[in-house]
Amino acid sequence: MQGSTLVITLLALATLAYYAGRSRAFAVAQGKLRNLHSLPIYYGLYTAIWCAAPGLLIAAVWLMLEPTLITKMVLGGLPDNIRQLDKSRLTLVLNDIRNLVHGHAPSADADPALLKAAEHYKSLTATSHAILTIVVLSIAAALGWLALTRIKPHQRARNTVETLLVAFLKICSSIAIVTTIGIVLSVLFESIRFFEAVPVTDFLFGLKWSPQTAIRADQVGSSGAFGMVPVMAGTLLITFIAMLVAVPVGLLSAIYLSEYASPKFRAAAKPLLEILAGVPTVVYGFFAALTVAPFIRDAGQALGLDVASESALAAGLVMGIMIIPFVSSLSDDVINAVPQAMRDGAYALGATQSETIRKVIFPSALPGIIAGVLLAVSRAIGETMIVVMAAGLAANLTANPLEAVTTVTVQIVTLLTGDQEFDSPKTLAAFALGLVLFIITLILNVIALHVVRKYREQYE
Amino acid sequence: MNETKEAVGQADQFEQAEVIQVVATPQSTARVHREHRTTIGECRVDNPRMRCTDVNVFYDDKQAINNVSLDIGENEIIAMIGPSGCGKSTFLRCLNRMNDTIDGCRVIGEILMGEENINDPRIDVVPLRASVGMVFQKPNPFPKSIWENVAFGPKIHGLYDHKSELEEIIVTSLQRAGLWDEVKDRLDQPGTGLSGGQQQRLCIARTIAVEPEVILMDEPCSALDPISTAKVEELMMELEEQFSICIVTHSMQQAARVSRRTAYFHLGDLIEVGETEQIFRNPQHQLTEDYITGRFG
Ligand SMILES: Nc1ncnc2c1ncn2[C@@H]1O[C@H](COP(=O)(O)OP(=O)(O)O)[C@@H](O)[C@H]1O
Ligand SMILES: [Mg+2]
Repeated sequence: MQGSTLVITLLALATLAYYAGRSRAFAVAQGKLRNLHSLPIYYGLYTAIWCAAPGLLIAAVWLMLEPTLITKMVLGGLPDNIRQLDKSRLTLVLNDIRNLVHGHAPSADADPALLKAAEHYKSLTATSHAILTIVVLSIAAALGWLALTRIKPHQRARNTVETLLVAFLKICSSIAIVTTIGIVLSVLFESIRFFEAVPVTDFLFGLKWSPQTAIRADQVGSSGAFGMVPVMAGTLLITFIAMLVAVPVGLLSAIYLSEYASPKFRAAAKPLLEILAGVPTVVYGFFAALTVAPFIRDAGQALGLDVASESALAAGLVMGIMIIPFVSSLSDDVINAVPQAMRDGAYALGATQSETIRKVIFPSALPGIIAGVLLAVSRAIGETMIVVMAAGLAANLTANPLEAVTTVTVQIVTLLTGDQEFDSPKTLAAFALGLVLFIITLILNVIALHVVRKYREQYE
Repeated sequence: MNETKEAVGQADQFEQAEVIQVVATPQSTARVHREHRTTIGECRVDNPRMRCTDVNVFYDDKQAINNVSLDIGENEIIAMIGPSGCGKSTFLRCLNRMNDTIDGCRVIGEILMGEENINDPRIDVVPLRASVGMVFQKPNPFPKSIWENVAFGPKIHGLYDHKSELEEIIVTSLQRAGLWDEVKDRLDQPGTGLSGGQQQRLCIARTIAVEPEVILMDEPCSALDPISTAKVEELMMELEEQFSICIVTHSMQQAARVSRRTAYFHLGDLIEVGETEQIFRNPQHQLTEDYITGRFG
């Protein structure tokens, strides 16, 4: 039986168990609900859970382990000359076998030994599935039956079901955590592999970035240099430009909207800001590449400046526009969180509106605003689409916003798109860059959240 | 008679024997019927600091204050009492134009301060609010140092030329607010770190630092414990020598203890105003009597 059919059968069985459990509860209660400890549906759920949960668990573990075990067994059955091959060649052979099994490769011109192995693989899988089906279904039936017979009027089915539900919710919430840890670990391990090839210090402090290593010995030129400083500098330059745009505009618009604007204007402006926040970044990207960048280049030429067609300025400006709504809505939140009593206190002392804003509201909201800006910075650093489209590829180490620079995210994208071998330093470098990016944004977010929390406490 | 005592006791946990005597009237002395709604008693005084004439306040279309005329005398404490929602705070906010900050609030009528009608929209509220200060129900020190809290007013009004003058203003304000001894060693610490009672006295210090003529207090003790309340009341009686104080309070004992005159509001009307002792001992209006004897409110 296929995995999915098995699950469906199991669920059908559980539904059956549910109704059986419920009517069994009615039966043992002799028709009087008052005789039961819990409502009948809890007995139904109790039976259903006993019926389905262990079976599902077994099936999950089984299907997870099955490929490894079968591969081992198939390998064992291969002729000696193949088994003696080195590790990477063996992986290739295994891939061939799998392709044969799944019919991705024509079987006519295949090596007979491999064909035989593929047959072996197929039969092993079939046996395994058959055993799994029998085991799971019989366990489900047995446990369901057991649970059914154990239903007594005084049994605390409700408590058991509630506990199991809590456990289930716990598992769901840990999925996010486990996934995060998994991603971090995988990035970490790949980075460690990278650092085996390139020393950490060379990576962190190297001033030259040119990851195109020679694949064949006869290729010339590309020696491969993995100093991340120019890439990081590019990221920071563009982020800085973006913040120069986003922070003042976002903050001042938040102040205007929350302190001065009439309710009508606010009602119109807020949705517009949200639309701005909802524009896909790829749209900002081509806006930057096709509109803003040529405009800046032309404007620069008119002024006699030499502007690269993929200048940091264009990407930074557009990224700043993208982040305005983010800064604005975060600042708006913290400004609104300043209690009305603070405003009243200042007005009652004769402060004007702008004095109140400058001397009371802004200082009170400042920690929250800083936190918002840090979150915005971490977004800008991680932003990819705009810079892929509008920033350059060449890793220039420069502070001149009119030149082309490249960013960490752009480099990750270029290193990993297209056909790549996943064990050369060139591709592994992407993971190292990702790790650095992750650490930086993590630190920024932790600081920001910490500041926000402190700020909340102030007015709790 | 017993009933009266109990009711007042419930109305305020801060019971004082003296006050109970004030309200323990053997027979009703009220001579004006409940339905009658024009102000009883003398709303005018000689040499008023502020003189309100026919003040009406609307929140959008809802009228919250009806034709109230009342004088705020020089160096007196006037208490405003009445059931919640009767418009005490609304009226108080007319006196320093704080109603301007509320959307949809309109104030109509004349409020003279000296020769000037401060309810005139052309009046600059900045100097007005400097001369009519306000203390709120919940202490609201700014999240700045104690020093900066008191310095706020003098700074925005440019009340000093040298730092030494500012220092003097701050020290005397804190001294007059009775807070100096408690905070003199930690002027650089946040005002929000003080206890509730200290915060409220800090707010009073902040208000008197700009040398107002009138101080409005909207239930200044309702968030404070009895000991802090006693301190603030003591302070108010000292401040009476230099300022006029309008205090809104829901505690009749407090009104009886601190004020010279008392005004009783009911559903936006000023029902009765007079010497505090007379109001409590011998209310003329049935509504006033009902309220101070705790029959409703
Ligand atoms: N900001 C406001 N908007 C609309 N109505 C208000 C507002 N403030 C007060 N009111 C109304 O005005 C009336 C008087 O309120 P208020 O002056 O706060 O009474 P008090 O201070 O005596 O309890 C109440 O009916 C209240 O509902
Ligand atoms: Mg009030």
